[in-house]
Amino acid sequence: METTHFAGADIDLALRVNGCPRRLHLDSRVTLLDALREDLGLTGTKKGCDQGACGACTVLLDGKRVLSCLTLAAQCEGLDVTTIEGLAQDGQLHPVQEAFIRHDGFQCGYCTPGQIVSAVALLQEGRTGSDEEIREFMSGNLCRCGAYPNIVAAIREIAGRGSE
Amino acid sequence: MHPFEYVRPGDVAAAVALVSADPKAEYLAGGTTELDLVLKDGVLEPDRLVDITRLPLRGITRAENTLRVGALVTMNELAADPTVSERLPFVREALLAGASPQLRNMATIGGNLLQRTRCRYFRDTTVPACNKRSPGSGCAAARGPARMHAILGASDHCIALHASDLCVPLVALDTVVDIQGVDGSRSVPLTQFYVLPGERPDIENVLQHGELITQIRIPLLPVGTRSGYLKVRDRASYEFALTSAATALLIEDGTIVRARLALGGVGTIPWRALEAEEILHGAPATGRTFRAAAQAALADPFTVAGTAFKVELAERTIVRILHTVSGVRP
Repeated sequence: METTHFAGADIDLALRVNGCPRRLHLDSRVTLLDALREDLGLTGTKKGCDQGACGACTVLLDGKRVLSCLTLAAQCEGLDVTTIEGLAQDGQLHPVQEAFIRHDGFQCGYCTPGQIVSAVALLQEGRTGSDEEIREFMSGNLCRCGAYPNIVAAIREIAGRGSE
Repeated sequence: MHPFEYVRPGDVAAAVALVSADPKAEYLAGGTTELDLVLKDGVLEPDRLVDITRLPLRGITRAENTLRVGALVTMNELAADPTVSERLPFVREALLAGASPQLRNMATIGGNLLQRTRCRYFRDTTVPACNKRSPGSGCAAARGPARMHAILGASDHCIALHASDLCVPLVALDTVVDIQGVDGSRSVPLTQFYVLPGERPDIENVLQHGELITQIRIPLLPVGTRSGYLKVRDRASYEFALTSAATALLIEDGTIVRARLALGGVGTIPWRALEAEEILHGAPATGRTFRAAAQAALADPFTVAGTAFKVELAERTIVRILHTVSGVRP
């Protein structure tokens, strides 16, 4: 593998976002979060604390949930990014999105994209054995409105544990 | 925000050469602390970030009674390793007690070891007095409100905390750190890797500029050893430790034949409690022994008004994890 140098304001980047190949020309300091929102117009991913503390900016990077505010866009060369906009398929909401609506898993909605993306990853990780486990493994997503009980209920339903 | 060049080196040698040759270059791995301090707080101002995340430093392999863990293995990957679950359960507990699931997918093991020893005053560039940020400028934390700060290895010069959970069981286990420099490789036990702040809190470990952690080697616990990690914090999850303790005990016929104890949330470095281990070795596994060990571990604290409570909290944390792991009822 060759060593790749980029001058500070001159990053050429190719990545896949929600299944589509995208090319970007960026400053080295641009985070994945800002690239998604400002350069690609995907404003579903939210900027909350912008410092790795709230989880509002959660996206899937090669299928794993990460914080886009603490990821440089430049680090995503060749990787697959999935945002909240990429969860619905053929006009059908993702089952987790539908469950959040059914269970009223939000109030102001600002943390919701991060909550839902995080929950999608959580279900893949299989960390849904109990409400306690769901809460622990969703602890990286804060909700200042306090919609936690309904968020847990939505995830519990999709995990197939019904309404306990 | 300070501009920097972003570089993705082709191999380990290129990475080490790039950073070693440039005093203003720094490594970038998971980025969870580095980018926070560079982009958000503006505390660090590298001219060049060398992204090592594509380098082949990712494997977890078992050789005899040692687990070799590549520096770029993530916290979640290590927590999911079957050997860790089976033979290093308190390492797994500490990994899952740290940060959040998202951060654990990003943060690497090498980066966890090298996360800056830091506090709010260090992160706030409007605070002039910080010996870690500006050597010789003083320590605002030692005179101001403090809570998430160290009481062991601390002094008037610096009370910033090494906040790692993972390093607490690792330092108890005599983990070895393998390091690559421009002139070759070397190995350092984790117990000798960190440097007490003394009068130079800006120096946190024995690494020379440009040296890169390539892997760590964790000795597996002997069969029959029981271990545990207890973290006490202000929130139930996703919060730094106020105090924590990791212990591994081998008990035969009520006597402690082997004991390891280390502390988190209290030290300027991951804190191996050797004085406490001396008391535990060969002693009967009783509450009296545990209390004596806890007092020995906290015999010489440096506290300020805001951290004085941590002495008793740390003692109680030690006593409780020793009861839990030994099965001896309080």
